[in-house]
Amino acid sequence: MYQIEKLTKTYTQGKRTVHALRDVSLRIEDGELLSVQGPTGGGKSTLLQALGGLDRPTSGSVVLDGKDLATMNDAGLTRVRAETVGFVFQNFNLIPTLTAQENVETALVPAGMTKEERARRALDALESVGLGERADHLPDELSGGQQQRVAIARALVKNPTVLLADEPTGNLDEDTRDEIIDLLEGLWKEQGLTLVMVTHDSAVAARTPRRIRIAKGRLKELTGA
Amino acid sequence: MAAASLGHMFLTYLRRELRNRRKQTAVVAIGLAVAIALVMVVSSVSAGVRDAQAAVLESVYGVGTDITVTQTAEPGEGGGFGPRRFDFDAEDGEATDEGTRELAQERLTTNPGTTSFEADALDAVAGLEHVTGVAATLELTSISFSGEMPDLDQMREEGGGIVVGPGGGEEGGQGGPSSFEIDQQTVTGIDPAAAAVGPLTTTEVADGRTFEASDAGQDVAVLDAVYAEQEEIAVGDTITVGGTELEVIGTVSSTTGDGVETAANVYLPIDVAATLADLEDQVTTLYVQVDSSSNVDAVSEAIAAELPDATVSTQADLAEGVSGSLSTASSLVSTLGTWLSVIVLLAAFGLAILFTVSGVNRRTRELGTLKALGWSQRRVVGQIAGESVAQGLIGGVAGVALGGLAVLAVNLSGITLSGSTGAQVAFGRPGGGGMRPGTEGAGEAAVGGPAAFGGGGGDGLAGTVSDVVLQAPVSLWIVAAAVGLAVLGGLAAGVVGGQRAARLRPAEAFRSLA
Ligand SMILES: Nc1ncnc2c1ncn2[C@@H]1O[C@H](COP(=O)(O)OP(=O)(O)OP(=O)(O)O)[C@@H](O)[C@H]1O
Ligand SMILES: [Mg+2]
Repeated sequence: MYQIEKLTKTYTQGKRTVHALRDVSLRIEDGELLSVQGPTGGGKSTLLQALGGLDRPTSGSVVLDGKDLATMNDAGLTRVRAETVGFVFQNFNLIPTLTAQENVETALVPAGMTKEERARRALDALESVGLGERADHLPDELSGGQQQRVAIARALVKNPTVLLADEPTGNLDEDTRDEIIDLLEGLWKEQGLTLVMVTHDSAVAARTPRRIRIAKGRLKELTGA
Repeated sequence: MAAASLGHMFLTYLRRELRNRRKQTAVVAIGLAVAIALVMVVSSVSAGVRDAQAAVLESVYGVGTDITVTQTAEPGEGGGFGPRRFDFDAEDGEATDEGTRELAQERLTTNPGTTSFEADALDAVAGLEHVTGVAATLELTSISFSGEMPDLDQMREEGGGIVVGPGGGEEGGQGGPSSFEIDQQTVTGIDPAAAAVGPLTTTEVADGRTFEASDAGQDVAVLDAVYAEQEEIAVGDTITVGGTELEVIGTVSSTTGDGVETAANVYLPIDVAATLADLEDQVTTLYVQVDSSSNVDAVSEAIAAELPDATVSTQADLAEGVSGSLSTASSLVSTLGTWLSVIVLLAAFGLAILFTVSGVNRRTRELGTLKALGWSQRRVVGQIAGESVAQGLIGGVAGVALGGLAVLAVNLSGITLSGSTGAQVAFGRPGGGGMRPGTEGAGEAAVGGPAAFGGGGGDGLAGTVSDVVLQAPVSLWIVAAAVGLAVLGGLAAGVVGGQRAARLRPAEAFRSLA
């Protein structure tokens, strides 16, 4: 799935240079479930952004299914984001003015399909996360766990091959956390996804077959791959 | 790509955003609405003022006149009140028993400040390129003086001049009673055969008939209907001009409005007028029609070259000559109104831009998320721009409604503007403002030595006064321009906000703060 070589990302803010990632090399197989741990500011989110084609690295390569995201043009990256990669965020990132169903539909907008097909697929996705009944609710009218379910439905409705989750349970209580992890695990198994999940939570990381740690921009395998 | 489905999400999202940010939407829309309502009011009122000016000009110069040609009097010549006097010698008139002399005299001269010029100027102008019509007139003022004056021979013996009291009353002066009357009319000689250009084009026959080609050389006159009524003259009556009796064949009234006076009191065939005024083959004014407004300046220059002594005035020059509340309104609208609209418009645009940019800043994470979901740059920018343009449209519709109401209020309030044109100088026309016979102005004229009456001076030079009720028209063009301006404001905000949205990195989706 992914072949990452000598990935380096530096941010310059005025005179200060931050090395978010330093010479990270990593191989991720199709259908793997991978957790990324590490201290805050270690570079976890930066890695996820590179994997999802949200940002180009400073140097190195991120080859996804044979194509290097590091050198891809904007239109290519937009297509990767629209078709191949789904994101789940710590803060859910739902659009507050749109209903659950409409939020899920936003992920289908780039694909271009009829209004009816889009609505049907969004409803299916909501049902698969157990929220078929709440399709017409605004994010504000949903609990944190329910909002993250909507966000997961939005990430998966386009049938991506990769799901990138940045602290998906970071804003949830323990019970809801387990529900969401169960859900993600179930979907991973069911759909044969490649799932990369950033987490602070060792209990969550313990459930994943492969664990890596990123601190100060350097990567360390925690499991013998 | 199914365009309909894309449009659906675009509209849903847009509607929700505008509804969700009701206050911001309202502020931006109201700002734009007020601005374009102001633009509407200013432009329609200025159109109304222009119409009023045109109406005033037309009532004097007639329809379709693009250029007028006159000639200014040199000092000491022409029909000025200053140099032209009624000169009475002591032997004039008949001495009466009471030590006074009865006097009567009429003067028919060109209007004050103007002089006549050779009639062949007409042919010279008619021969110019782009000129589609020329008419010549001989515009005259008839002043008649009649009354009793103190017998100057007797007064000289008593020594010193005398002052005639107000109204020429009995107690005035030590030298015996005196009373006199001054009557004044504007008399315009017109080519009876030429009807396309000139002062009579904004008139319609009120009674009798107007001139026909066969009236040339005939002692006939057409009167202004308002004047005829005041003077109690009817069609078929005779009037005396320049010592000649003329038959009144008709009366004309202005098409500009009810009760509005036409350019002159009395109209005569031009050759008759010339004979009476002793101005054979002379004219005072040429009315020139030009094929297209873009050629007016060129023709005007050509005429000036052809007739170096003449004063050539275009409609624009003539409009500048309109004075009174009309010109005040005109300059108020064109300066204050325009500046105010520009300032308010810029403020509204600024407000729209400010709110849009701050909205984009607030939605950084949201817009980053959409980009992370695979929304193209164009779609994200389009969404932001769409919201601003929609606010502009709402502002536009509200503004047209607001502006329409304001213009309606202006029109219903019936503001009357009065304009006078300096070019047509009338003096004491009955009911027309200025000096009236037997009022203070005349009475105060000092008489001394050989009695000389030199006119009332500047005060008496009231022009042709027309009252026009302001009607501000709202044209489709103004409405379209107003909505267009509001949309433009929205678009400007959309472009600025969209540019900001375009610069956002998709990674902004990872921001922990909204
Ligand atoms: N846009 C940016 N501009 C400048 N510096 C940045 C930017 N994004 C991240 N960084 C810096 O890069 C380093 C890595 O950040 P990153 O967000 O990847 O850390 P993280 O491991 O996800 O931390 P956290 O657990 O707090 O989410 C940090 O020092 C951060 O301050
Ligand atoms: Mg992070």
